[in-house]
Amino acid sequence: MTAVPESPAVLDRFDLDRAWGVHPSVAVRPEPFGALLYHFGTRRLSFLKDPTLLAVVTTLSDHPSARAALAATGADVAQQRRLARALATLASTDMITERTEASS
Amino acid sequence: MTAPTATRLIDHFKLGLDAPICLTWELTYACNLSCVHCLSSSGRRDPRELTTAEAKAVIDELERMQVFYVNIGGGEPTVRSDFWELVDYATAHKVGVKFSTNGVKITPEVAARLAASDYVDVQISLDGATAEVNDHVRGPGSYATAMRAMANLKNAGFTGFKLSVVCTRQNVGQLDEFKAIADTYGAQLRLTRLRPSGRGADVWDELHLLPHQQKELYDWLVAHGEDVLTGDSFFHLAAFGDALPGLNLCGAGRVVCLIDPVGDVYACPFAIHENFLAGSVRDAGGFHGVWRDSALFQELRQPQTGGACRSCQHYDACQGGCMAAKFFTGLPLDGPDPECVQGYGESALAGVVAGSAPKPSLDHSHRTERKPRPVTLTLSRRPPASACDESPLAGFEVIGQPSGSGCASGACGC
Repeated sequence: MTAVPESPAVLDRFDLDRAWGVHPSVAVRPEPFGALLYHFGTRRLSFLKDPTLLAVVTTLSDHPSARAALAATGADVAQQRRLARALATLASTDMITERTEASS
Repeated sequence: MTAPTATRLIDHFKLGLDAPICLTWELTYACNLSCVHCLSSSGRRDPRELTTAEAKAVIDELERMQVFYVNIGGGEPTVRSDFWELVDYATAHKVGVKFSTNGVKITPEVAARLAASDYVDVQISLDGATAEVNDHVRGPGSYATAMRAMANLKNAGFTGFKLSVVCTRQNVGQLDEFKAIADTYGAQLRLTRLRPSGRGADVWDELHLLPHQQKELYDWLVAHGEDVLTGDSFFHLAAFGDALPGLNLCGAGRVVCLIDPVGDVYACPFAIHENFLAGSVRDAGGFHGVWRDSALFQELRQPQTGGACRSCQHYDACQGGCMAAKFFTGLPLDGPDPECVQGYGESALAGVVAGSAPKPSLDHSHRTERKPRPVTLTLSRRPPASACDESPLAGFEVIGQPSGSGCASGACGC
């Protein structure tokens, strides 16, 4: 398993103002602690340890941008920043992906 | 950043999930080989084997439970005439497959087909980096078979398949050579622990790692980190120091389990014994009913006391080791692992009456071929090396609250 990087570089490459969604090859299994995510293409398993993060991930596709999805949670700025970092990590492993115009 | 939640991920796992994260499914006891350490004592097909329709019904259940993937093994699973049909059915129903094979059916044509699928992963078993070491354990010609299979996979463009090694006294000195072989074929090395399960009990005394070898293995694993998979099978070595990558947790009945060829559900692949039999997929409630309701699994999901290990300062690290290893060496389940790195296993074993260790409940060994026999140690002048298998949860990440946890299973043998 890989520790979640705190690297700002990962966050820098994640564009909060674009439209995102769960990758079509990823399955989401809700769990009491959050959720399991499995990517059939990369065969990677990820644990979401935070129900709020799960809510953001599963509603990404309902919002025009990741920033809007984060704002919809009502979380404070510090927590939104933490959630954004988690999204960036998920994006770096293709668990979530940018939506194209056609799919959004 | 908010404080970590009161409950750690690993605590959720210890209490069990509503469905396994992954599971091991031995599709058949039939095998073309007779490896001396076979943990399922495979060889002959069991006439009660699940039918194609029954197997598909299990896959339907796994899909409903959102079990993302299964680790298929045997026996040699590819000798089942409906093997590819079942693999296709699983992947069509969102159940990914990783299957373990000795390579006998991995022709260039099969390799090309496998390379074309995102949903199927392959694990080639090899227990020696040289034919001399491997074939002594796995049988004549098995080294060549495995190498040919890996060449076919590489030539077909299949990258990242697994090369799986059970670490033994004889091959633990070959870890660098195993890594080189994996690199040559574009594979990922997976090392797992030898267990005294199945025929493994017959060769345990000759093949299990010596104390100094365990330390060498630990150091090698620490040095290679997440490049090498372990199926989380070496958490008993965590008492040497830092935890190895992975969840370092026995997942038996909690996040993993075994379905055997006749549909019986056991707590883990290394515990094919009636004491660890939870039920059958043929029961009225199916697999889901067994997973959810079996008394055995309920018991395993209760907080563990640690027993005789409780006062040991390393208990949090090693968790008392492997349940199956203790059971099949005659040790109490709440005491030290037979390979406890602090040496408590050796003293505990001294108190076990010879011949009193439980025997496997089933034996499908070939009757006429290679019988289990002591393995001589005159094979090689190399120092012994070790390596073991793989983990079901390898390569997963925890997103959210960063923590020291790692991949799970291993107990699952996946």
